[in-house]
Amino acid sequence: MVAEIGFGSLFISLIVSIYGVIAAIYGANNHQKKWITSAQHAMRLVFPLLTISVGSLIYLLINNNFEVVYVSNVSSLSMPLYLKITALWGGQAGSLLFWSWLLAGFITAVTFKKWDRDQDFLPWVIVVGLGTLAFFVVLNTFFENPFVRYWQVNQDIVQSFSQPAGGFIIGPRDGGGLNPLLRHPGMIIHPPMQYLGFVAFIVPFAYAMASLITGRSDDRWIQLSRRWTLWAWLFLSLGLILGARWAYDVLGWGGYWGWDPVEISALMPWLSGTAFLHAVLIQEKRGMFKQWPIVLIILTYNLVIFGTFLTRSGLLSSVHSFARSTIGPIFLAFIAFTIIVSFWLLSSRWDKFKSRQELTSFFSKETLILISIILLLGMLATSFWGVIFPNISELVTGAKVTVGPPFYERVAAPILGAILTIMVICPLAVWSYVSFKHLGKLLWKPFIVSLLGIILPILGGLTKVPAVIAFWLVAFVLAVNGFEFVRRTRLRRKTESESFLEAVSRVFHRNKRSYAAMIIHVGIVFMALGIIGIEFFQTETQGTLAEGQEIQLAPYTMEYEKLEIFDTPDARNVARAVVLVKKDGVVLDEIYPRRDFYYDSNQPVTIPGVRSTLVDDFYVILVDWKSVTSEGATFKVYHNPLVQWLWIGTWVIIGGVVIATWPEKKSSSAGKNTRVK
Amino acid sequence: MKKILLWGGLGLLLVFLSIGLYRSQQGQVGAGEIAPDFELITFSGETHQLSDFRGSVVVVNFWASWCESCKPEAKDLEDAYQYYRARGDVIFLGVDYVDIEPEALAYLEEFGITYPNGPDLRTEISQAYRVRGVPETFIIDQNGVISHVQIGPYSSFDHIRSTIDPLLD
Amino acid sequence: MIQKTNRNLLWILAFVLLISLIPVSTFAQGSDPTDDDVNAVAKQLYCPVCENIPLDTCGTTACEQWRGIIRDKLADGWTEDEIKTYFVNQYGDRVLAEPPPRGFNWIVYAVPVIIFIGGGYLFYRGFQQWRSPEPARNDRKKTKTTSKSVNLSEEDISRVEEELRKRSQG
Repeated sequence: MVAEIGFGSLFISLIVSIYGVIAAIYGANNHQKKWITSAQHAMRLVFPLLTISVGSLIYLLINNNFEVVYVSNVSSLSMPLYLKITALWGGQAGSLLFWSWLLAGFITAVTFKKWDRDQDFLPWVIVVGLGTLAFFVVLNTFFENPFVRYWQVNQDIVQSFSQPAGGFIIGPRDGGGLNPLLRHPGMIIHPPMQYLGFVAFIVPFAYAMASLITGRSDDRWIQLSRRWTLWAWLFLSLGLILGARWAYDVLGWGGYWGWDPVEISALMPWLSGTAFLHAVLIQEKRGMFKQWPIVLIILTYNLVIFGTFLTRSGLLSSVHSFARSTIGPIFLAFIAFTIIVSFWLLSSRWDKFKSRQELTSFFSKETLILISIILLLGMLATSFWGVIFPNISELVTGAKVTVGPPFYERVAAPILGAILTIMVICPLAVWSYVSFKHLGKLLWKPFIVSLLGIILPILGGLTKVPAVIAFWLVAFVLAVNGFEFVRRTRLRRKTESESFLEAVSRVFHRNKRSYAAMIIHVGIVFMALGIIGIEFFQTETQGTLAEGQEIQLAPYTMEYEKLEIFDTPDARNVARAVVLVKKDGVVLDEIYPRRDFYYDSNQPVTIPGVRSTLVDDFYVILVDWKSVTSEGATFKVYHNPLVQWLWIGTWVIIGGVVIATWPEKKSSSAGKNTRVK
Repeated sequence: MKKILLWGGLGLLLVFLSIGLYRSQQGQVGAGEIAPDFELITFSGETHQLSDFRGSVVVVNFWASWCESCKPEAKDLEDAYQYYRARGDVIFLGVDYVDIEPEALAYLEEFGITYPNGPDLRTEISQAYRVRGVPETFIIDQNGVISHVQIGPYSSFDHIRSTIDPLLD
Repeated sequence: MIQKTNRNLLWILAFVLLISLIPVSTFAQGSDPTDDDVNAVAKQLYCPVCENIPLDTCGTTACEQWRGIIRDKLADGWTEDEIKTYFVNQYGDRVLAEPPPRGFNWIVYAVPVIIFIGGGYLFYRGFQQWRSPEPARNDRKKTKTTSKSVNLSEEDISRVEEELRKRSQG
C-alpha cells in the first residue's frame, strides 16, 4: 500500500515535470501567459509529490518492511531509528530519490519569488528545472526503483514493483543492515549537505540558461541568482568539509582527505563554483569579462552532473562507489545532452558577451581575482586529468594504474600557497587601479607583524622551509585583514563620532559583501593553517600493548590502562579501551578508542579516542584486524598539529556567508526618519 | 578555431566516456570468444603457454588462498584433473590471483592439488579475462574458443564434468 | 709435527670463525622491523585487491599478509625500493600511488605542466592585450582611469554620505 503510494507519487511527479516542460516551451514560443503560469503551477507541485514519495520510503524503512528490496538492503531490525531514516540515502535507489526530492525543493522554491520583472526568464527556468528533475525521476522510475518488492512465484523469488502473475509478496524477517562504516552521525549530515550543494547550483544554472535562451547579455541573471549561488557554494563547501570530518572521526587513517576519485568529483564543481563566485564579482563591479561567469556556471553545473555520473556508474574505482548499476548509459546520454545544449547556446550567444576588458594594473582587484580564477581552474584541470587518466591508461595500454595523493598534492600545495599570497594583497587592492606605492604603504605594518609567522616557528624548532613560508603567509593574511579592518573602522570613527562598536557595525552594513568576504577568507586561512599542520607535521606510530604498557609519540605518551568489553542493545559488541594521555609524566586526559563489532553484518568499525586542543590532536585508534584483549591490543597513534583549525575555519566561513546573505535593510542614509517636518 | 577545439575536446570526452562505460559494463570474457593467450610460470618453475595446448580442452581456474569460496571446489577440481588425466587431452591450469606464495603453496598442499598452478604476475592474465573476483573458471575448447564461463565455485565434481564432457567425443 | 698441528688448528679456527660469522651478519642487517617500519613502506603502496585503499590502513586478511611480506623482506634487509619493485612485479603498476614514469605514463605528468605553462602564457598574452585601452567605440568617460578619480578613499565616501545626509535633512 505504502509502496504503491510512494511509487505512484513518484510517477505522477514525472508526468507533471514533463507536462511543465512542454507547457513552458509552448507558452514561451507562442507568447501565451496562461501556459507558462500552468507550468509554474506544475513546478510547484513536484515538491509535495516527491515529499509523499520520500515520506513513503521513510515509512517503509522505519516500519521494517523488508519485503521492499531496498529496505532489506540498507536496513535491519537492530538499527536505531535515526539510522533507519538516514538509510534513505544509504543505497543507490534511495539516494537518487533523495537527490530528486532536494532538487524539487529548490526548483519549487524558485517559483515563489516575484516574477513580474523577469517574465521572460520564467519559462526557461521552468524548462531547465523540471527537465533536470524529470531525468532524475526517470532514473528512479525505470532503472533504480526503490519500491521494488520481493515476490514468490512458484519456486523462485522475483523482484518487481507490480505483482507478477501468480506471485505473492514475501518479506524476509530481517534486512542486511547499513554498512557499519555508514552508521555514524556523519551519515546524517554529510550526504544531505553534499547533495544540497550539488543540486543548489541548478538555480543559477537555470537563470544563466534562461538568459542565454532569451538572448540577453545583461547581468540580471547574476543579480537574481546571487543569494542562491552563495548558499549553493556554502552547502557544497560544508558537504566537502563534513566528509573530511567524518573521515577523520571514523576511518582511522588519521586523515581527512584521501584524493579518492569520488572526493575529487565533488571537489571539481567546488573549484569552478568558487571561480564562478569571483568572476561574478568582476562583472558586477566593473562590467568586464562578461563571458567568464556564464562559462563558469555552465562548467560548474556540468561538473555536478558529471561527478554524480562518475560516482554512480561504476566507471571509477573508489571506496565511495555505489554497487554496479544499469543507469550508466542513460546517464551518459543525459550528460551529453546537457553539455552539448549548454555549450551550443553559449557559443551561439558568445559575441553578445564581449565586453571591454581592461586591466589597468597588476595589483588591481580584477587582476588578482582573475589570477585566482586561473589558479582554481588549473587545479580543476589537473584534478580532472588525474581522475580520468586511469581509464585512459587502461584503454590505451591495458595496464591499470593508480593516480594517487602524491600526484594531486604536488599541484595543490603550490596553488594553495599562491592563493594565500593573493589573499594577502586582495583586501587592500581596490578596483581598477592600485599603485605599488599605495600598496606598499598599506602593507608594511602587517608585514612586520607577519614576520612573527616566521620567527615563532623557527624559534619553535621548525626547519621545513615550505612550512615556514606557509606559516608566514597565514600570519600575513591575518595581519592584513586585521589592520585593514581597524583602518576602515578608525576612518569611520573619524568622520562620525561613534563608539567603536557602532563604527564596527556601520562599517559592516555599508559594505557587507566586502567584509563578509574578508571573514570568509580569514576562515579559509584558518583551514589552511589546519592543512599545513597536518600535512607537514603529522607523525604516527603503531604498537601492540598489554594493559599497563605505554607507547610514546613525541611529545606525548599514551598508556593502555584497561579494556571493557560489552554488548549493546543495537547488536554490537564493543571493546572499549581506556587510554591515558600523558605528557612529561603528567596525565592530561583519558580517551576511549573502541572497536564496535556489528553482529548482523559481521563487520568491525573502529572509533578513535581523540584529545583535541587548538595546538594539536592526539589521536588513538584500535587496529581492528588484530585482536583486542587485555594482554594485547594494537594501537595506531597519530599526532596531528593544528588540525582543529580546519573546523574552526569552517565556522568562520559559515559566519561569513550568513553575513553576506543577510537580508538588506531597505533604509539608506536619506532614511525614512529624515522627512522634513 | 576555438570552436573547433571546444567541440573537438567535448566530443573526444564523450566518446572516451562511452568507451569507458561500455568496458566497465562488460563482464568477463564470454563463451564464444577466443580465449586470450597467456603465459603461466608455475610455482615449480615450469612455463606453460596457453596456445601450446591447442587441440586439448583447457580448464583455467582463477583462485586465491584468501578466497573462502574457492575452497569448496578445490578438491573437486583436483578430482576432475585426476579423472581426465589418463586421456591426456584435458589440461588443468590454476591461476593464483593476487596472492602470496607461501600462502598459495599451503593452500595447494591442503587440498592436494597437483595440476600446474602459478601466480598471475602483474595481474595480466586476470585482466585479459576481465576477471571480477575469485573463483572463476574458464573452459576452453580444442580450438582455443571459450565454451563455458563459471562464475563462482563449482557445486560438485559432476558439475565440473558437465561443462567438460560435451566437448569431448 | 707441532707446526702441522698448529696449521690444522689454524684451519679449524678459521673454519669455525667463518661459520660463526654467518649468524652475526644476519643479525647485523635488520633487527625485527617495527610496525612503524612496515607502515612506512605500506603507506606508499595500495591494496592490490580493494579499491583505492593504502596498504597500511587496509584491514583484510590479505592486506595483513602483504604487510607480513613487507616485514619479512625488511628483516631480510631489502630496501624500500626493492620491496616496491617486488610488489609491482607481482601485482602490477596499480599498487603504486602514482603511475611509474615510463612509457605511456609520461603523459600523466606532462599534461599538468602543459596546463600550467599554457595557462600562464595565455594569461600573460591576455594581460598584455587587456592592458591597452580599447579603441574609440567604447565609452571614453569610463575608460579614462587615474588613481585620483577612481580610488575613492573611505574618507571621501563618508564625506559624500555626510553631504547627502545634510541635503536630505535640509
